[in-house]
Amino acid sequence: MKILVAVKRVVDYAVKIRVKPDKTGVDTQNVKMSMNPFCEIALEEALRIKEAGFAKEVVAVSIGPSQCVDTLRTGLAMGADRAIHVEANSSFLPLTIAKILKSLADVENPGLIFLGKQAIDDDCNQTGQMVAALLGWPQATFASKVVLDKGKQFATVDREVDGGLETLSVDLPAVITTDLRLNQPRYATLPNIMKAKSKPIKKMTLEDLKVDIKSDIEIVEVTEPPKRKSGVIVSTVDELIDKLKNEAHVV
Amino acid sequence: MICGRDSLSNRQSCCLSLVADLRNSIRQEVTSDGEIQTEAKTMTRAVLLRSLTKKKKLVPSNAHRSISITNLSRCISTLILAEHESGSIKPQTVSTVVAANQLGETSSVSLLLAGSGSSLQEAASQAASCHPSVSQVLVADSDRFEHPLAEPWAKLVDFVRQQRDYSHILAPSSSFGKNILPRVAALLDVSPVTDVVKILGPNEFIRPVYAGNALCRVRYTGAGPCVLTIRTTSFPVTPITDESKKATISQIDLSNFEEESVSRSRYVGQSTQDTERPDLGSARVVVTGGRALKSVENFKMIEKLAEKLGGAVGATRAAVDAGYVPNDLQVGQTGKIVAPELYMAFGVSGAIQHLAGIKDSKVIVAVNKDADAPIFQVADYGLVGDLFEVIPELLEKLPEKK
Repeated sequence: MKILVAVKRVVDYAVKIRVKPDKTGVDTQNVKMSMNPFCEIALEEALRIKEAGFAKEVVAVSIGPSQCVDTLRTGLAMGADRAIHVEANSSFLPLTIAKILKSLADVENPGLIFLGKQAIDDDCNQTGQMVAALLGWPQATFASKVVLDKGKQFATVDREVDGGLETLSVDLPAVITTDLRLNQPRYATLPNIMKAKSKPIKKMTLEDLKVDIKSDIEIVEVTEPPKRKSGVIVSTVDELIDKLKNEAHVV
Repeated sequence: MICGRDSLSNRQSCCLSLVADLRNSIRQEVTSDGEIQTEAKTMTRAVLLRSLTKKKKLVPSNAHRSISITNLSRCISTLILAEHESGSIKPQTVSTVVAANQLGETSSVSLLLAGSGSSLQEAASQAASCHPSVSQVLVADSDRFEHPLAEPWAKLVDFVRQQRDYSHILAPSSSFGKNILPRVAALLDVSPVTDVVKILGPNEFIRPVYAGNALCRVRYTGAGPCVLTIRTTSFPVTPITDESKKATISQIDLSNFEEESVSRSRYVGQSTQDTERPDLGSARVVVTGGRALKSVENFKMIEKLAEKLGGAVGATRAAVDAGYVPNDLQVGQTGKIVAPELYMAFGVSGAIQHLAGIKDSKVIVAVNKDADAPIFQVADYGLVGDLFEVIPELLEKLPEKK
């Protein structure tokens, strides 16, 4: 079985972002970029499934400008067997990304597609569900545990939902999106980083995949949220209770 | 109210009513440059119509100056994917109804409920009077929907949509809505807008990005239905004074509803906390503990304080990862978004991802030993101190909840 993992290059989670003064977006020049944390978790899970003997190959995919290759190299260093870079200069809506991934799945025929549940830049939380819909496959989103049956016919997935944990069983092939507690991704070791240099990264274009770009959402402007007015430091519990009671009127 | 609660499809009845109104009361005169002037008494309806059609002028199509029906096709008709539990609608669904009302002047709202058996029918009955603007409750009663699986649900929405035309399809941004709605959108080949915090018009919305550190104003320009998930903390529900209005309840005929039997998903089980405490997403007070609590046992202090204040318990990712509390208590960018009147954070450093979940709280209180903790930058009241001393003192000195 082959596993396809989609990974996205995003602004690093620790960066304090700045909105551009012309309100066209967030400033991403000279800002640290990394693999989306949820995508790292997705890749890690795929690697563990391969190491457990359930899959033969893990293929990492990224869609975007040439710098995506850096993200793919990290993925290869973690242990992916090969990578695919779909070149694209503008940032696409999740529906277009989903169509690209569907086209790739039609070619690669994976038994599982792993994605992070959301990207920490746009916080959309849509792509995995859309890929599943386009392929007509079952989906298991927000996964915190994945167990494949020995015959590789289905996966039992624990999902983090509003009320706690829900367990589903999904027939393979399926799409799984990963949540925070699924695993702790490995660091790429130096020998693996060296090995990664010779692993193939195939370049593809939208024309190769015969995908039409969907542009039904326009970004009108990006602004900063209203700032909270600054607060005060109190020195005793008595003072705190007094303020909460008599100033804020919340107790 | 222009959109009627009759058996015609909602948009049809809405549009036909508008046409009838206009034919009956608008008298027009076409001036030499082709602009229609309406009489003062019908100004409101015409202005309404123009705002719906986004055209600046109504152009007569023939000598009788009848309004063509295509001008009225921008009538707003919303389908909401409803969540129910133990025989009643969840509060997040009612918030979604509030949001639907903000889409435009004339709008009809239908709730779609799916499930099986008596608790579903009870929920449908309760849904029919959960908000005065709900005109119809559609009920899909089948074992297939006993648990909210995305695959049958998405097909159901598409099935319902094919029979009744909707301009908008909404769901709350809960784990239910987030799981199902994007699948619906892809089946309809439209881009959804998820986690909407503000509605500026029928096709213009604001949503947070970068963990809420930026707000993105977007416009939906597609031809298909506008598909949205709503961040319910941004659409509070005001208590209903008039409970006499009841929507019509229709059982959906599922005899032609086919679901592919090839790839399937099955519900296996769940583990949820049964608690008397208020739901985290809608509580008036939230008391959160961070990793500094150090143990499951210590977390009980947070629970006691929450109980004293009549509030819900929250936790940071670190506390959940460490195993002090279950995952459904996690507050933050990828956990729950809360907007209580009072948010109290004990031993919480204030990471960007946690703050994303609490920014809309009315009052934020932080207690932390570290005076440099980022949480103090957003707290309205901060106390630099040891939570193991502060919490017992608070428990002792706080007034009993009203």
